[in-house]
Amino acid sequence: MRQTSRPFRVASAYVRTYDEHMAQRTLKDRLAILSDAAKYDASCASSGTTKRNSAGGTGLGSTEGSGICHAYAPDGRCISLLKILMTNFCIYDCAYCINRVSSNVDRARFSVDEVVWLTTEFYRRNYIEGLFLSSGIIKSPDDTMADMVRIARELRVTHNFRGYIHLKTIPDAAPQLIEEAGLLADRLSINVELPTDAGVKAYAPEKEPATIRQAMGAVRLKQAEYREKTHTGRRKGNFAPAGQSTQLIVGADGASDTTILKNSTALYASYKLKRVYYSAFSPIPDSSANLPLIKPPLMREHRLYQADWLMRFYDFAADDLTSEAEGDMLDLAIDPKLSWALKNRGVFPLDVNRAGREMLLRVPGFGVKTVNRLLAARRIKALRYDDLTRLGASLKKARSFITTPDWSPGGLTDSEGLRARFAPPPEQLSLF
Amino acid sequence: MTHLVTLPWIGTFEAWRSAARVLAQSAVPGAQIEWRLEGESAGLFAQTGPLPEGNAGDLPVKVPKDFLTLCRTVISHSHQERFALAYDALCRVQDRPRLLADRTDVTVGRLHEMAKNVRRDMHKMKAFVRFQEVGAPVAGRRQFAAWFEPTHHIVEPITGFFARRFADMDWVIATPRMTVAFRDGVVSYDTSLRTKPDFEDPTEELWRTYFANIFNPARLKVKAMSSEMPKKYWKNLPEAALIPDLIAGAEARVREMAVKGPSIPPSRAAAITKRLQVAKAREMPEGGLDGLAASLERWALCPIGTCATQAVPGEGPTDADVMFVGEQPGDVEDLKGRVFCGPAGQMLDRAFGEAGLAREAYYLTNAVKHFKFQPRGRRRIHQSPARAEIEACKWWLEQELALIRPKLIVAIGATALEALTGIRAGVRNRRGQIEAGLGGVPVYSTVHPSYLLRLPEGRDQEAGYAGFVADLRRVPEVLASVA
Repeated sequence: MRQTSRPFRVASAYVRTYDEHMAQRTLKDRLAILSDAAKYDASCASSGTTKRNSAGGTGLGSTEGSGICHAYAPDGRCISLLKILMTNFCIYDCAYCINRVSSNVDRARFSVDEVVWLTTEFYRRNYIEGLFLSSGIIKSPDDTMADMVRIARELRVTHNFRGYIHLKTIPDAAPQLIEEAGLLADRLSINVELPTDAGVKAYAPEKEPATIRQAMGAVRLKQAEYREKTHTGRRKGNFAPAGQSTQLIVGADGASDTTILKNSTALYASYKLKRVYYSAFSPIPDSSANLPLIKPPLMREHRLYQADWLMRFYDFAADDLTSEAEGDMLDLAIDPKLSWALKNRGVFPLDVNRAGREMLLRVPGFGVKTVNRLLAARRIKALRYDDLTRLGASLKKARSFITTPDWSPGGLTDSEGLRARFAPPPEQLSLF
Repeated sequence: MTHLVTLPWIGTFEAWRSAARVLAQSAVPGAQIEWRLEGESAGLFAQTGPLPEGNAGDLPVKVPKDFLTLCRTVISHSHQERFALAYDALCRVQDRPRLLADRTDVTVGRLHEMAKNVRRDMHKMKAFVRFQEVGAPVAGRRQFAAWFEPTHHIVEPITGFFARRFADMDWVIATPRMTVAFRDGVVSYDTSLRTKPDFEDPTEELWRTYFANIFNPARLKVKAMSSEMPKKYWKNLPEAALIPDLIAGAEARVREMAVKGPSIPPSRAAAITKRLQVAKAREMPEGGLDGLAASLERWALCPIGTCATQAVPGEGPTDADVMFVGEQPGDVEDLKGRVFCGPAGQMLDRAFGEAGLAREAYYLTNAVKHFKFQPRGRRRIHQSPARAEIEACKWWLEQELALIRPKLIVAIGATALEALTGIRAGVRNRRGQIEAGLGGVPVYSTVHPSYLLRLPEGRDQEAGYAGFVADLRRVPEVLASVA
């Protein structure tokens, strides 16, 4: 059978060099290196965990349901957590990663106390909601995971920290370490990174797709175990109350949108993931010859998020959104819901005063909130065209697909030029 | 005549609420009331009369709970009309208790809109207040202060959030109109006008370092940033000063990456990778069942394999006389990596116990080694394996047979029977019979416990289960007859 711990100690070459570096680098230098190393991870959520606070006067921090983005970088990404690597030394050689063993990037390492200090001091100044800690693999998966767990324990136990903690779990680490991590952290995550097993094998030769799936399965089982009520009627504990998530890199290998969305569907169903993050493959300094740099496919990433959202909250299936006829890719020019509506004009226009919830959710320009309000309001009176704006609908999109007592789209629904009304005019995208 | 109502800066909502109640009890129309905050000048229609005495009128005034929640938020809005709008809604909600559900109503729409603005302002205040440490701790509590410029009157309603979060330190949040202090667990307000103080905190330099380095220049999205972090907040954010340079330098940084291209790996890389490969190769066990399980896990040919968590190997003693073959792992088996440990496995265990069989004495495996399923939301729906998948996995079954060399195989369910005999038809009639199976080993067949679990609970299931136990009870006898 498989062994749980694999003590391959191969980083002695590193240990010497980083002891030398540690002496020279200031905390600020290392923060620069280790946050730069962490920025390719898209996840930064701090929501959906248990409610906690420190109103009693001991301890620091609170979580109150919704997450807070404390700043935004010019890349448009939310900064909610202090997202850093414990170390960017790594014995793995994943082609897409800036921290792979074969990269010449500057290396650094934080001590346990430094991470704890940075987290609590940033938190006290209201810069962050908590910590998102990840790490390169040093020595062995178990050693790395044990260090990360120690940081979380120090924060929670010694410093009474009640803010948010997201720990990256190392797939090969021992089950008892993962268990402790889940009891200390709000969220655990393991990145699949490449959407196909073949992609993982090609670009992350040290990783096993099956091992990653097993690790996600183990987290799901632990969650279920801790949720179960004991004979006292209480739960055994809170294991990763904000759930687990993963990330898929888009555009590094040849995987189509269909492949990616089907993979996500299976991941949500199999491991009850809270989120699958999509990260456009982004140029890294010091790239690998195996994976040439591209301009990050940001629009594709955006469309995948939209499609993912439709699958989770609007009852769309992967097959509704992409088809072989369209090269298994989402339409980049218009959003996937509008694209579906244009391909299924036969079901439109819908009478907003009669149509059922599931069909209203398919109208472009109607969101979940709009539909809920609409259903509540139409119990009171028949809705007219102008009412819909006040309910939050975007009529620019919706008008071609609905009827009200005072509005009918006439031939608009089936008109040939309908798509052109929404698609941006063709233009040459600039490289930067 | 106009009633002039002056509301305090602190406890504004409570004061509005009691004044509004009294006015509504006397059925004073909204047009005859002028609302203002202390210190604000009265309007031009200064012909004012006194408020009716407490409970002057006797009209009952009742509101639904969500009305109060909405008004509490709306009162924090900075728009002059908020008090009057809320009063208007208060009067109308008396006749129409479900008024708030009608978002198409103009007043209701505006109230919701105002509440939304206030909530957004509060959310941004929670996000963008930046504390600075100001001097040494007092009585063991560290001292922090912040300057913030909210759009609406939200200092009072937001205090609780900061008090719950930063309870172990003393802090002050100053705004142009109001200052809140939290000292030793006690909140106090001060409404004197303030201007931005001038403090410095060396930790801000670390925060700026973080901000600059977490930014990815290859994905510049300035609009997305400014819509979530509008420029009006920038002047009080220590990190915002970096933004113009980060944007200006982004293009050059990306170009530099492209020009530099791939790099030559450092000399140590090859040595580390090599050692890692050696270490990995060593832990691959060779031969026997373990070897089979290990290679099973790495087997990429299976058409189901890439969705399932893992291939689930068989379990049991290598010298077992009887081998039980099921269909395929289920949801739980797939996650745990062990055969027969889900609901069907539990039923099998119970039946084994009642039939007097010890599970440990037998080798248990499945005809197909991966879980085949259809994802549906957050659940996985079991799907029967197709013939091709059964065929693809047969090689493993043959390997297991060669290793265990059982005297008898028990096929649990139709898929197992098909895998072992090559024929699926007539499963029901073949139950309990002995046929020649894969490699000439005799096959004795019964139903699958998950079939029993799908039967209607009650009599059908009980009868089916009793038959299953009876089948199992015959196993030693069948074994003796073929041995």
